[in-house]
This record gives sequence, structure tokens and C-alpha cells, in this order.
Amino acid sequence: MEGMAVRLQNLRKSFGRTEAVAGVDLEIADGEFFSMLGPSGSGKTTVLRMIAGFEAPTGGTIELGGADVTRRAPFERDVHTVFQDYALFPHMTLEQNVAYSLKVRKVPKAERLARAREALASVRLEDFGTRRPAQLSGGQRQRVALARALVGRPKVLLLDEPLGALDLKLREQMQVELKAIQRDTGITFVFVTHDQEEALTMSDRIAVFNKGRIEQVGTPAQIYERPATPFVAGFVGTSNLLTGDAAEQVVGDRATYSVRPEKIHVLKESAAAEPEHDSATGTVAEVVYLGGATRFLVDLDAGGRLTALQQNLETSSEDVAALRGSRVRLQWHRRHNFPVPHDPSTHDPSTEGPLAKDPAHT
Amino acid sequence: MNLSRPARIALRVAAALGFAVIYVPLLLVLVNSLNPDRSSGWPPPGLTFGWWADAWHSSGARAALWTSVKAGLGATAIALVLGTLVAFACQRFRFFGRDAISFVVVLPIALPGIVTGVALNTAFRTVLEPLGVGLGLFTVIVGHATFCIVVVFNNVIARLRRMPGSYEEAAADLGAHTFRTFVDITFPLVRSALVAGALLAFALSFDEIVVTTFTAGPGIQTLPVWIFSNMARPQQAPVVNVVAAVLVLLSVIPIYLAQRLSSDTASGSRI
Repeated sequence: MEGMAVRLQNLRKSFGRTEAVAGVDLEIADGEFFSMLGPSGSGKTTVLRMIAGFEAPTGGTIELGGADVTRRAPFERDVHTVFQDYALFPHMTLEQNVAYSLKVRKVPKAERLARAREALASVRLEDFGTRRPAQLSGGQRQRVALARALVGRPKVLLLDEPLGALDLKLREQMQVELKAIQRDTGITFVFVTHDQEEALTMSDRIAVFNKGRIEQVGTPAQIYERPATPFVAGFVGTSNLLTGDAAEQVVGDRATYSVRPEKIHVLKESAAAEPEHDSATGTVAEVVYLGGATRFLVDLDAGGRLTALQQNLETSSEDVAALRGSRVRLQWHRRHNFPVPHDPSTHDPSTEGPLAKDPAHT
Repeated sequence: MNLSRPARIALRVAAALGFAVIYVPLLLVLVNSLNPDRSSGWPPPGLTFGWWADAWHSSGARAALWTSVKAGLGATAIALVLGTLVAFACQRFRFFGRDAISFVVVLPIALPGIVTGVALNTAFRTVLEPLGVGLGLFTVIVGHATFCIVVVFNNVIARLRRMPGSYEEAAADLGAHTFRTFVDITFPLVRSALVAGALLAFALSFDEIVVTTFTAGPGIQTLPVWIFSNMARPQQAPVVNVVAAVLVLLSVIPIYLAQRLSSDTASGSRI
């Protein structure tokens, strides 16, 4: 198929009797920033390792740029990987690390040194070329790993939770940087993460993994605003589900609905209901002051609990703390109700097996 | 931790006594090698290098030293190849009986030398002799290799355990085929462990006496065996002192190097 950087068909992987990847179909377009999001043990890292060639699939096929590479060794695939632990060679300088893929491909020494320096400069480490990895901080190592993987201009770059070991500030900075590099180079990025915010921030599209399967594939907005399954609704963003009696009383339909916390207004109990809005009364069980915003956990009279997020426009911490235990009315526009299917088509219960932790994470 | 003054003194005395028990006898050997009195009378009546000259010209001691070096190098070479291979197999692959194999490899170092010696002696004579291969230097080398493998194996497997497999994956990912990965990445990272293991293996072989006695053919005498058979002879006692003194000085080198190499972390170790 033209224009597809990566194509997976019914990809499976078992470790002994545990099925880590239980049939994954996926198409990633050329130049896309694609994230594989899921909890640890959901199979996303195993899928990445199969694309890289480190694990042989138990079943299914892998195509890169239209060519079947399922049985090919890692060094026969035009993909490079940024490892979770960076895997920088400790006995080589940064220049030697970055130039390694060029050296293996017999690029002349002068040229590969120039390209390695250029790559180091692009991650702002041009003055560190003769140092060894042990002399660098975590964030610097991360950038070297990126330079090493990018210097050979692969068709596809695989990133295995590359920001996991960095502190929050650095992580946010690298998110912006990664996105910029991806846009500038046009290389397809396949990014594995368990951090939903990271996935929402950077990706063109996201696949949400659960128990070795894909629950939903879509743009960040689709994943967040229209979760296809209860799992996606719960894993991406705060789980805010109305089910059973509560759904019947509030929405008027006995099904499962998802409402995002920031869509819900917290009003006085006596406030009048507006047209086109759903509303429910309840008692504030907990108030969490977040600085810029406040999170309310409200136990509904109709049953269940909803989380509402309010910007602290005029309120202060003292004001919101006083609301604990008080009666409130929650109200939101009907268009923010999203029905969550209970039995999504991507889910085939007949093949569901026991699943262990993702072995790459242990 | 802060100790009281008496406790500090008591600990220091105990430590000094401990070291004295180990090192004073060695020092005595050194002194006696310079003692003009043939029966090592005390205190030495003077100082002489005569015994050192005698030892230098002793053909028996020279031949024994040469035999020991050959046996040590042979056993170390076998241990390096086999010990490294087993260590990689046990650390990098999963297979049925892996734990059993690693146990079986390590066991010989704990076996009493006399058991290994008798067992090898019987085996060599029943299996090799009918084939026309008698006891000789070769059988000594094989005997030593059985326990030299253990130190190489232990050193290499410890290094591999500390070394994440992602280095090798990264090399393959960047385009290096399997052999290239070994040459560029794996070998440089385990090299110092190999050298440390080899030095220890050589040292083990060099001072071995029990297994050697049972596996050496007639006319094959390693240095420890030569010392053992000559120290009872009053004529030879001073020369034995000299040889012992030389061995003490020589053993310092491999042990010092091996310690430095194996305490090196996997990262940044270079030779």
C-alpha cells in the first residue's frame, strides 16, 4: 500500500503461555507522529520491539514502506530506535556513538564525523562530542540517543518511552522539541508512552492499547472527546462515567455516558436548569485545590460520582475548601455527553486470554 | 561509626595480629632466602645472595617453572574459550536446564582437589591410555582447566549481568550485523572481565599441586610439585626458599591487576 510507513496485520506475540500482543492491525502513514498509548503490560512496547525486529512475532505480518519485513533482522530494517534506557555505548565518545550507524554503513570518516557533529549540534550538544555518556545528565543522554537515531535519516523512528526518566520540566521541554524535530525532518515517529498527556500533546494520531489489543485509533481530539470504549474513557483523561440508574435519571437513557470534568459547571443546588443542559444534584465529597483550578468530587443523589474541574477565576483556596460537604448542582451541555459502547467491535471476547506484564518492562 | 578508645585499640591489635599470621611467615621465607645458614638458623648470621645464584642455575627449578608456565597458559586458554561461551549461553539465552548447567560449571572449584585428581587419573588411564595418550603435560592442562573455567565463567557472567542487553540491540538497530556487534560492542565491554578472569585462572593453575600430582605423567614437574619434593632435602632447602620468595613477589602482580579490573564498572572500563 502506497504512503504507509508501517503496516501491521493481525500481529501476535506470545511469551510462553501469556499472550502479550493478541492481534493488532494498524496503519501508520508517512510523516505521521503516531503514539501507542497504554498502561504497562498492554503490549505497546512489544509491538514496538517487533517493528524494530528485536522480537519475532508469533503470528501476523509487519510491512515497512510496503515491504514485508516480518522475518528480517533489526539491521536489515530502515528504522532506528530511541531506547528507554538510551543504550548509549559506554566505551565510545558521543561523536563515536552518534556516528556509529554511519560507520557501519561505511560512510567515509570525514563525512561521518561532520554529520555526527551536525547531529549533536541539532540537539545543542556540539561542545560535548569527545565526552563519554557517563559524564552526561539524563536529559543530555536522551538528546544524544535522539541524535544517534536520527543521524542516519531512517524512514521510521521508534521511541520507547524516551521521556520517562526525565523530570517534569525537562519532559515538557523535550515534548516540544521532539514535535519540532519530527515536523522539520518529516520522519515518521512511532512513540510509545503510558502518559496520556504526552500522547495528547504531541501526536497526530494515537492508538490506545489494552491487554494486547488496540481499543481505539484516532486523533487526540477523537480519543479524548469521543472515547470508543469504557477503557479509553477511563485511561485518557479522568474517568467520568454515568451508568445504569444515574444515566437514566440524568440523561434519560439507560446506557453508559462519558462527560469530561472540565465541561461540568458546579452551581448552587437552587440554580435553575438551563435548556439543552443536563444537570444532577449531589454532595461535594472532596475538594482538591490545584492552584490554577479546583477539582470537585461530587457524589450524585442519583448514584455514582462525577469529577468536575473549575478554573479558579475569582475563587481562592479558602473559598473552595469551604465547599466540602455542601450541596451542589452539576450542569453541562448535552453535546458533551458521549455514549460509550459496552461491546466495541475491536474487542473479541472469544480470544481474550490471560495477560502478564509487558516483558520489556520487567 | 564512633568507637570508644579501648575498642578502637582492641580492634587495631586484632587486625594487626590477623595480618601478622598471614604475612610474617612469608616475610620469613624472604629473609631465609638471604640467610647464609643452610638450616635457616635464627637470627641469621649474615646476608648472602648465594642461594639466589644457586636457584638461578638450578636446572630442576628452571624446568619446573617452564612446565608451570606452559600448564598455566594452556589451562587459561581453554578456560577463556569455554568459560566465556558458557557464560554467554547462560546469561543471554533461555533454555531447558540452564540453571543446572551453571551449577555444574561452578561445582569443580568446590570439589576437593584430591577427588578431582583421583577421578581424572582414573578416567585418563582408562580412556586415554588405550588410545596411546599417556599422562603428561596435556593431562595436567585438562585437569587445571576444569577449575580454571569457573573463575572465567564467574567474571564474565557478572559483567554480563550488569550490562543491559539493549547495547547489543542498539547496535543491531543501527545496522551492525551480529558479528560486527560482538566486535564493536560486546567484546570491548567484557574485555576487562576476560582479562581479570584469565589472570585469576593462571594464578590458580600456577599454585595447584593436588590435581597436578594425579594428572602429571612421569618427568612432568610443575613448580609447586618441585618445591614440595625438594623442601624435605636439607641440600635444597635454601633454594626452595628462594623459589618461594620469587613466587610470592610474582603472585602480587596478577592479583593486583585482577582486583583493579574486576572492580571496574562495566561503563568506561578500558585496557
